[in-house]
Amino acid sequence: MIWLVGALLFWAAAWMLNVWIARQPWRQSMAARLAVPAIFGLTVLVVWEGLVRGLSVPGVILPPPTAIGARIAASVPILWTDFVQTFLKGALTGYVIGCAAGVATAIAVDRSPFLQRGLLPVGNFVAALPIIGTAPILVMWFGFDWQSKAAVVVAMVFFPMLVNTVQGLAAAGAMQKDLMKTYSASYVQTLMKLRLPAAMPFIFNGLKISTTLALIGAIVAEFFGSPIKGMGFRISTEVGRLALDMVWAEIAVAALAGSAFYGLVAVIERGVTFWHPSQRG
Amino acid sequence: MRSVLPILTVVMVIVALWYAGAVAMNKRWTLDQAARADQELTVAEIVADTLQQERPKLPAPHQVGAELWKTTGAMVLKGRAFSKRSLIYHGWITLSATLMGFAIGAGLGILLAVGIVHNRAMDMSVMPWAIASQTIPILAIAPMIIVVLNSVGVTGLLPKAVISAYLSFFPVVVGMVKGLRSPDAMQLDLLKTYSASPGQTFRKLRWPSATPYLFTSLKIAMAASLVGAIVGELPTGAVRGLGARLLAGSYYGQTVQIWSALFGAAILAALLVGLIGIAQRLTLKRMGLAR
Repeated sequence: MIWLVGALLFWAAAWMLNVWIARQPWRQSMAARLAVPAIFGLTVLVVWEGLVRGLSVPGVILPPPTAIGARIAASVPILWTDFVQTFLKGALTGYVIGCAAGVATAIAVDRSPFLQRGLLPVGNFVAALPIIGTAPILVMWFGFDWQSKAAVVVAMVFFPMLVNTVQGLAAAGAMQKDLMKTYSASYVQTLMKLRLPAAMPFIFNGLKISTTLALIGAIVAEFFGSPIKGMGFRISTEVGRLALDMVWAEIAVAALAGSAFYGLVAVIERGVTFWHPSQRG
Repeated sequence: MRSVLPILTVVMVIVALWYAGAVAMNKRWTLDQAARADQELTVAEIVADTLQQERPKLPAPHQVGAELWKTTGAMVLKGRAFSKRSLIYHGWITLSATLMGFAIGAGLGILLAVGIVHNRAMDMSVMPWAIASQTIPILAIAPMIIVVLNSVGVTGLLPKAVISAYLSFFPVVVGMVKGLRSPDAMQLDLLKTYSASPGQTFRKLRWPSATPYLFTSLKIAMAASLVGAIVGELPTGAVRGLGARLLAGSYYGQTVQIWSALFGAAILAALLVGLIGIAQRLTLKRMGLAR
């Protein structure tokens, strides 16, 4: 009972604090914009803990955050092996290959507007399909280890990357292209000095979409078969053993890895496309 | 219309590459069989054999097409469209979970977006999490949701629909917040000079100007919802649905079945997204927003 009341009181107090901060003149400051979501996140954790303990929900249905934290602290080596297997080997390799292939294909068809007109709708169409379904096929072709996971990731990130790059390469203005012509710049020079830099915002948009897809692809592909390590493998087996604290620990690691990956790409984007309006101001 | 020819060309190239790949990948098995039977095969015989194996590494397009027809159209003609061997039956199982999850997820998403737009504290506390959640592989929790809901006695359609709803929720929230904020200050000021209430502002300005964003995010949500339903079928032991067909096919090495389930899912996705696209065109035309 005390847990329930405590959780609800904490919720009310935190909400009032957030409303108060949102009404302050300094609400646009960095501190306020970080504090409000942080308080909200903390509230969710506290209410979760309070409800689980107060209603004595069994751990096989929903473990409290403290138990998950303890599990993370206790099984760092396992989590690290899984992280290396799924993220560094599977997702990252596939991400690099897939994105590079997408950009390379876009540049290869760049000189043929005919192919572009055909490739863009087909690419957009394929990008909306449940490509994750190719996972069982690719696991059959490339075996259970991380190579097949990388292949799934390649299949998932290729088309979003292709579509974004093709759009980006069309982004340079006619005036700028004319200027390059007056310099008598060759095709390659125009590409390297004008059109690729101008395409960077689009390319980075594709890269950011692909970070999430890469992690999803690598994890779900492990549901179809995997050596005895990897985040997807751990999730599916520990669910079978009803060890839900371990599952939540893996999910926490996946969430952290996903956000950090996205954040890293976003930071690189800030450095590369510093000139773009969305990065100024 | 002028892009029909380029699209056809690209599709033809893909099909040609597919056939080439089928020959290249299935050749090994054909040659092994021939060597075992002490036969010498001509190139034509090899090619012919690679395109009609029972369990090829890569089934040729016509094999997948034949399997698709056998499990859908042919079943309908026999009047057994909903037998367990029919892809229509499995597709329907997946479709119902998809649509239910989509309705729940999109509905809740729109509600939360309305709340975010009208309440600053909610905006500041929830919005960063809604954006951050898009960088998280949410699909990873699918097996857990299924098993947990099973253990508290909820089975059947609902667990899969929960995953679909969860996946389609966040794109709708983010898209709708953007849409409901799209009217510029001048238009909002105009409504203020009319002394419009918040409700009227919402009905007459915010909602109409959010409609294009709504349809765009509904398309993304529908695709995500279908993926959620398919992945949601994986941990249930592969009984019914397109995801179950994928898993069963991969257990028993039935590659043709995997590919036909995959294309079934792709056709389903294309139909659903296409339907939303048609609704979008019609609605925006009636609203005078079509370009």
